[in-house]
Amino acid sequence: MQAPAITTDVLKPQPTGLPSGSEPLAVDVTNLGFSYGDTTVLNMARCELQRGRSMAVIGPSGCGKTTFLHLLAGLIRPVTGTIRVLGQDLDELQGTRLDRFRGRNIGLVFQRLHLLPALSVTENVLLAQRLSGGRVDATRVATLLEQLDLGGLEHRKPSMLSQGQAQRVAIARALVHSPALIMADEPTSALDDEHAAQALALLHSSARRVGAALLVVTHDQRVRGSLDSELELRVPA
Amino acid sequence: MTWLRLAVANLGLSPLTSAVNVLLMSLGTASIVLLLLAGSQLSDTMSRDARGIDLVLGPTGSPVQLVLSAVYHADMPPGNIKLEEAQRWADDPRVEAAVPISLGDSHRGFRIVGTTAEFAELFGAGLATGRAWDAPLEAVVGSAVAQSAGLAPGSSFAGTHGFGDGGHGHEAHPYQVVGVLEPTGTVVDRLILTSLESVWDVHAPAASHAHEAGGDHEHGHEHDQGHDHDHGEHDADHDHAGEHDQDPDREITAMLLRYGSPMAAMTLPREINAAGTLQAAAPAMEVARILQLVGIGLDGLSAFAWMLILTAALSVFAALYGSLRARRGDLAILRCLGATRWELLVALLLEGLLLTLVGVALGFLAGHGAMEMLGGWLEESRGVALTGWTWIPAQTLLLFSLFGVGAIAAAIPAAQAYRTDVARTLAEG
Repeated sequence: MQAPAITTDVLKPQPTGLPSGSEPLAVDVTNLGFSYGDTTVLNMARCELQRGRSMAVIGPSGCGKTTFLHLLAGLIRPVTGTIRVLGQDLDELQGTRLDRFRGRNIGLVFQRLHLLPALSVTENVLLAQRLSGGRVDATRVATLLEQLDLGGLEHRKPSMLSQGQAQRVAIARALVHSPALIMADEPTSALDDEHAAQALALLHSSARRVGAALLVVTHDQRVRGSLDSELELRVPA
Repeated sequence: MTWLRLAVANLGLSPLTSAVNVLLMSLGTASIVLLLLAGSQLSDTMSRDARGIDLVLGPTGSPVQLVLSAVYHADMPPGNIKLEEAQRWADDPRVEAAVPISLGDSHRGFRIVGTTAEFAELFGAGLATGRAWDAPLEAVVGSAVAQSAGLAPGSSFAGTHGFGDGGHGHEAHPYQVVGVLEPTGTVVDRLILTSLESVWDVHAPAASHAHEAGGDHEHGHEHDQGHDHDHGEHDADHDHAGEHDQDPDREITAMLLRYGSPMAAMTLPREINAAGTLQAAAPAMEVARILQLVGIGLDGLSAFAWMLILTAALSVFAALYGSLRARRGDLAILRCLGATRWELLVALLLEGLLLTLVGVALGFLAGHGAMEMLGGWLEESRGVALTGWTWIPAQTLLLFSLFGVGAIAAAIPAAQAYRTDVARTLAEG
């Protein structure tokens, strides 16, 4: 199974001077291949993303965008190739250690929000902070919620939030532990223009603040323009 | 702590389902606790009451009835036996102690037992106040009798024929309380003890007639005039009773025997029963038979209670399993946030165990409470003292079993949570 180079890493002018040369790449993928049975889902010769940079992953339906994100998050294993996240070869991590690595270093935002319905806004975010293995810092959570215009909603249950508010809580949850790699899967598809812009700006500012890499899977034209680079995937032949 | 808080919150999401699960679990638990407590205390109480009595001599007939009436004072006596005949066995060298009893009357539902001073010793009951009787129509009452009927040394009461409230009174022969026994937790607490002669006197046809014919009017006077006169009468009775002692036809209800050696148990009952006129019944054996019969009933009830527990477990299982589908997304997100497979498993187990914990706690509380209430009612109406405020070893075993059941009910949903396919769940949305 020959993997043709289908990656186009189109670089745009960098806004900041990050990062320093010695830092490991946030994402470093080589000869990645994934398939379900006989059906090849993804073939990728090379993909790099530095900390402090952002990248859009685009392509038609079925080209493996979400699969790529799941591979980077260690939720599924590649059939071939290696994935290094923040210098760590994911293949070397198993079970609990992989879960802990994911919790500590990666922040994930999904199209469907999946806030835990039983917990309040604050508890949802606190839970993420605790699961990331970091110190539980209620002040930080309160500050973050304030920054996201969620002040006053701390004790609401997710069912009592608007779509836009819930989206912002989900983003707060993904960012609360200052992950080095932030990945979002279609974060704006359910949002109107105004909220899409707001969510995107938030992802950008958060990533910038902690020097994190930002990877956004999207087919939304509104999103593509604001990201540093684009990775276009094609449906494998 | 995180997972406990999450489990509590998740259960709170469907309060009705959780409440029904807890209710089912607590009903089943309460039933079993109640049955355990009642069964064990019943058997304890019965063993304690019969501890000092190895053999009961009575008329031929049902040995269970003989033991129930003569040891537990819970059944009608099957009839009388001749004192002289029973005394023959009582004098046997293999017998260490022999206590005759004569039943027939009661006061406010408490049985009056004509007996000897050794009777209280069988139960290890000493005097709390007053003194032992030394004349007919003097009585020593058990602690529960004293409390319930308000009797103390110096007070007097009249016996009623029979053991219920309906019998005719023996107002012509009032008893004088001279002592109160210490509480022992045995049947003696609920008995009124007096001399054999008292019972004989009260029931002697001639004496009874004489008193009824001319005594009533005079009797009232005697009471008004106080104790001196009474004593005079007692003295007279005593002499009278002395004559009765010599009477070879004197009857008693039963004779309680204690063996001098274990060997007696092998030979004595067989010899007595072979002789034909009397029956010897061993309380230990009869108690075992009674408890076996009661046990069959308790086992049946217990099976129903376990069915309730099983239903509760199935209900917990259904609730958790049913919620899994709706919560697959939540579980996948938890994994994305850094939770391990094991933590998801624990989260689901915790929910099942929490339902069990609350159900079982309420069940134990309800079971003990119900036992205490039932015990109060039984003590009042049947004289069986059972309490809810006790803990028996079987309950500890029950506790572990119930949590085992809860864990099993949650195990399959927990295993499903463990196996959540995060990527696929997220891809499906």
